[in-house]
Amino acid sequence: MKFKLSKLLAISAVAATTALTGTLAAAQEQFVPILSYRVGAYASGGSGFFGGVIDYFNLVNANGGVNGVKLSWEECETEYNASRGVECYERLKKKNGGAGLVEPLGTGIAYGILDRVAVDKIPMTTLGYGRSDAANGKVFPYVFPLITSYWSQAAGMIKYLGDKAGGLDKLKGKKIVHLYHDSAFGKEPFPVLEAYEKQLGFQLTKIAVPHPGNEQNSQWLQIRQANPDYVILWGWGVMNAVAIKTAARVGFPREKMLGVWWAGSEEDTIPAGDAAKGYTTMTFNTPGNYPVIDDIRKKVYGAGKGNLADKDRIGSVYHMRGITAAMLWVEGIRNAQAKYGKGKVMTGEQIRWGLENLNVDEARQKALGAHGMFPTIKTSCEDHEGSGATKVQVWDGKAWKAVTPNWVMGDRAMVQKLVAESSAKYAAEKKITAACAAG
Amino acid sequence: MQFFFEVLIAGLLSGVMYALVALGFVLIYKASGVFNFAQGAMVFFAALTAVGLQEKFGLSIWLSIPITMVVMVALGFLTERVVLRPLVNQHDITLFMATIGLTFFIEGFAQLVWGAEVRKLDLGIADEPIEAIMNSTGMLVSKFDVTAAAICGVLVAALAFLFNKTKIGRALRAVADDHQAALTVGIPLQHVWGVVWGVAGFVALVAGLLWGARNGVQFALTFVALKALPVLILGGFTSVPGAIVGGLIIGATEKLAEVFIGPLVGGGIEGWFPYVLALLFLLVRPEGLFGEKIIRRI
Repeated sequence: MKFKLSKLLAISAVAATTALTGTLAAAQEQFVPILSYRVGAYASGGSGFFGGVIDYFNLVNANGGVNGVKLSWEECETEYNASRGVECYERLKKKNGGAGLVEPLGTGIAYGILDRVAVDKIPMTTLGYGRSDAANGKVFPYVFPLITSYWSQAAGMIKYLGDKAGGLDKLKGKKIVHLYHDSAFGKEPFPVLEAYEKQLGFQLTKIAVPHPGNEQNSQWLQIRQANPDYVILWGWGVMNAVAIKTAARVGFPREKMLGVWWAGSEEDTIPAGDAAKGYTTMTFNTPGNYPVIDDIRKKVYGAGKGNLADKDRIGSVYHMRGITAAMLWVEGIRNAQAKYGKGKVMTGEQIRWGLENLNVDEARQKALGAHGMFPTIKTSCEDHEGSGATKVQVWDGKAWKAVTPNWVMGDRAMVQKLVAESSAKYAAEKKITAACAAG
Repeated sequence: MQFFFEVLIAGLLSGVMYALVALGFVLIYKASGVFNFAQGAMVFFAALTAVGLQEKFGLSIWLSIPITMVVMVALGFLTERVVLRPLVNQHDITLFMATIGLTFFIEGFAQLVWGAEVRKLDLGIADEPIEAIMNSTGMLVSKFDVTAAAICGVLVAALAFLFNKTKIGRALRAVADDHQAALTVGIPLQHVWGVVWGVAGFVALVAGLLWGARNGVQFALTFVALKALPVLILGGFTSVPGAIVGGLIIGATEKLAEVFIGPLVGGGIEGWFPYVLALLFLLVRPEGLFGEKIIRRI
């Protein structure tokens, strides 16, 4: 009995030590839940984006982590479905010591967890989508539409079209069709486009495409009859390839089409074939190759840890977008560590501060091997977007090429005014006192 | 007036594409009384298999199509054998639920085997206006849509021949009329159902290839089934010509409605307008234009 008791104690001690060691090991890892979608209608975008995120995480870990803190993650399949996304968020938010941040890559899911992240104190990034007015950190302290929002993009579009016409004043009397996915996403740029319509005197025609957009003959026949100077394509998924092909069918020049950045990936142009040649879209990444992508090829794919099944997709639009997102998160974590303790695992609140004080300038981009890959970004409590700059790219039949050598910036003052008005309305509805969060 | 006819023709040609999907539903419903919810998934699976074989094994499209045809017919037979045969004599709703389960299985399995990336499918048919029509009338009529309509016509003719002029066709019609009576005269019910599911698999392949070439091969192909539902309600669930006529009516009216009524109400109405039309038809003629009128005596 005595032997048995001592053996039991010994086993218990070993088990306790192992558990403690395990906990300490887990505690040295910064956990990020990945609400991905790899099956379903939007799987190709999801697999590229989250593939980029995981590839960058693996690169950071291969280089020793963030000041020694390794990144850990767990994927949960949302299928781009809002309710599943919320379920995934709830399932993962407290795992492995708690989520440091979250990125749902879907407006529906982002709206679903918008209020929850503020309560849970977990920052949520929404790169290039979601609520544009969330750029106001005084009202949305835990939401970060980093780099650029839909409103900034719409302003950038008009700036580009104005430049193309020979100046913004030359847009007077021109006809612009806004062909949009009939959803909150498609209607998001209305305030900006309508404000510009009044200001510049062009004629804006809005044409809705019902979800999913796999049939657009009637819309494009209307466009043909209207004979616009430009068509803004605000689409997502199958709608984009069908729009490009139907434009070709009715003889509308693709050079006069300008897509939203969710209509500007290889997944949108390859199915459209030759019809996509000359088609232009907005982007917040400059297409091309960068040292960080070479590093991923060498250190991640070379070690057999690459996330993309098809290596040809390395450096594609969605993959690069995922790398960009992950890079900014890691910069946020690094920033937080500089303030709250190097080599420590950061809480959501601390990472929130890190994201709110980002300053990724050209020198920092060079150090990260991503010089010019995305606009320089400097966030603050008042500006969770941090940039607002965009670029225009063209599909040459095989790859995307940058059209504008420099970053395009729309009317920043107009966008900021809209952000202030809209966020104030939200604050009043939710009884939020607008103020910078302590940190 | 020219614009009206242009919209009308575009609608009629789109309607043929809807009818192509609706045909698969009709075949199975006519022979077995099962509403095959998985028809859209079968269209997706067929197109994905055709391009998947091309990509993975470097086959030409003209070689991958016959192989996919074998795969689709096998899938049809397998579905009958594994999913439906064990459920014979169960309620209609049970069979319907089984096809819902089948839908999710096929969608998941297709992506597991071939991946979820969007692919291009090139059948060598240009999707551009026919110059002769454009020069003489100023109207744009797509070569691709006209070719698709011709293929659909050939398919319907082949199905009509199969149903009306062959032994298996007579058996199919007998089974469709009355399962019990067909059994009593020695028609092998399960064999007939297997054939029907196989043919539906083939129809799904044709639809998948044409829709895939038009829009790219991607998950959204499963949504084309939604376009087929009002066609079925209008044309009748048991009539091959009904699927065609229903497709033409739905295609034409949804386009005309979108172009001429849409702008008055904010647009985007072609998604639901066909369903309103189908609903109105249901109120007046529940069996559809060509469906069998069911008379129950009390």
